[in-house]
Amino acid sequence: MIELRHLSKTFKSKKKSEDVLALDDVSLHVKKGEIYGVIGYSGAGKSTLVRCVNYLERPTSGEVIINGAELGAMSTEQLRQARQNIGMIFQGFNLLKTANVYDNIAIPLKLTGVSSSEIKARVDKYLDIVGLADKKNVFPNQLSGGQKQRVAIARALSHEPEVLLSDEATSALDPETTDAILDLLLKINREFGITILLITHEMHVIQKICDQVAVMENGQVIEQGKVIDIYTQPKNKTTEKFVSSIFPSDIPETIIDDLEKQGPIIHLTFVGHSADQPALSMVSKQFDIQSNILSGNIVQLKNQPFGKLTAHIQGDKSETDKALAYLQEQGVKVSEVKKRD
Amino acid sequence: MIEILEFIDRWGGLIWESTIETFQMVSISLVISIIIGLPLGILLVLTRPGKSLDNKYLSGFLNVIINIIRSVPFIILLFTLLPFTRFIVGTSMGVRGVIVPLVVFTAPYIARLMESALLEVDKGVIEAYEAMGIRTRDIIWHVMVREAKPSIILGITIAVIGLIGATAMAGLVGAGGLGDVAYRFGHLRYEPVVMYATIVILIIIIQVIQTLGNQIAARAKKD
Repeated sequence: MIELRHLSKTFKSKKKSEDVLALDDVSLHVKKGEIYGVIGYSGAGKSTLVRCVNYLERPTSGEVIINGAELGAMSTEQLRQARQNIGMIFQGFNLLKTANVYDNIAIPLKLTGVSSSEIKARVDKYLDIVGLADKKNVFPNQLSGGQKQRVAIARALSHEPEVLLSDEATSALDPETTDAILDLLLKINREFGITILLITHEMHVIQKICDQVAVMENGQVIEQGKVIDIYTQPKNKTTEKFVSSIFPSDIPETIIDDLEKQGPIIHLTFVGHSADQPALSMVSKQFDIQSNILSGNIVQLKNQPFGKLTAHIQGDKSETDKALAYLQEQGVKVSEVKKRD
Repeated sequence: MIEILEFIDRWGGLIWESTIETFQMVSISLVISIIIGLPLGILLVLTRPGKSLDNKYLSGFLNVIINIIRSVPFIILLFTLLPFTRFIVGTSMGVRGVIVPLVVFTAPYIARLMESALLEVDKGVIEAYEAMGIRTRDIIWHVMVREAKPSIILGITIAVIGLIGATAMAGLVGAGGLGDVAYRFGHLRYEPVVMYATIVILIIIIQVIQTLGNQIAARAKKD
């Protein structure tokens, strides 16, 4: 549905040495009906990336192909038409302050040539979907951040696009509102089959609704794949940092020093089925060891649960080795914690 | 009481007539100035670097012209433009003769006020409309001008007040108006009461206009 081929974007400065390479040969492929997340720290180039997808930012080189059509080859008029099929929501909501909720959705429809009876039907329909049917005559400044984003989502949906781009749409919202908006995005993805490409700096967003994820750093995609694979096997330091942001397991070094003398400290990673098994208590029964949980957490990814546990295993070396081997047989990923890890 | 009646009897007609003249000059030149100034303000914004009609030369040219006109005090502009005025409207005298210099004086001012009002409009909203595939001309009208409306109204209020000040000099080309009455009768003929009366009327007019402008702007703002 969305295919980005070798996109690069350079922001020119007066001095050539100060040119900024915001995107460096980025290729992505978002399949129809998928929710694809791009995560990265600020300055990683993710905002430039999503703005290149609808040509708000013209890439310096590379191709953007939406639904088989290359945007770069289009005339202004064709691009304008193509954009009507690509919805976009923003961190700052970007609603008209001087228009009420109804007009905020109706005006863009009118300007894209939708008939007035159709406009009324669509505004009602999509306000209902985002749960703001009773706020039609209210002005944006009387709405909360979450409600404003709902209006912006209704505005985007009202053009009945096949693709929705989200530029940090939940970054200005509190955690609870963020979850509600993410649920809404998930709902429209499922009900209307809209393909969603979103960018964020919060791992939570990726974990909750994304099927695929790409991690960006310095204008490059450094890792991409299924969310579950990135969570269980991050290959890159930055990716690891993002994953561990969900599992804060900073154990003080003095404690690690102390404990290491008495046996290994291990990270246990559970995915899907193995997350429901009481694996740790089972090994404690079967082998002559004692386990002590230092920290742990289990999260629900979009399709399956995923857990991570940090535990200290005490006992004879031979017994602990057997225990670890047994855990691995059970489908639990085991890695030993080293100091300053 | 009798004195007041006497004053009205003697000067009332003249002051009324000159008030009408002031209104005529202000309203006609205001309308023309907005017709010229608003598009000019839009052009100033759109030709800025990075905007949709980014054009260094046009932008530079407009800025220089506007700055030059804005540097000349109205009274000097009035005389400098005499031949131009005669060319445009066929006369350089009376209300008709003063409209041209008033417009030349006010339109660039309004353009600047429009420019700053339009620059305040949230770039994000403009971008959102671009992303929805909306034509630039529709964005100008339905997003930029619409969202800037409160500031535009306040700007025009300021321009009207400036315009009323400028019309005081219209007497010099025989266009009349309140300022002219104050000067000719109040100052030259030592009738201080006439001067005070016109000042009071001007104060009332300015107050009303400013209050009205504030109220309309507040209503347009929806905050």
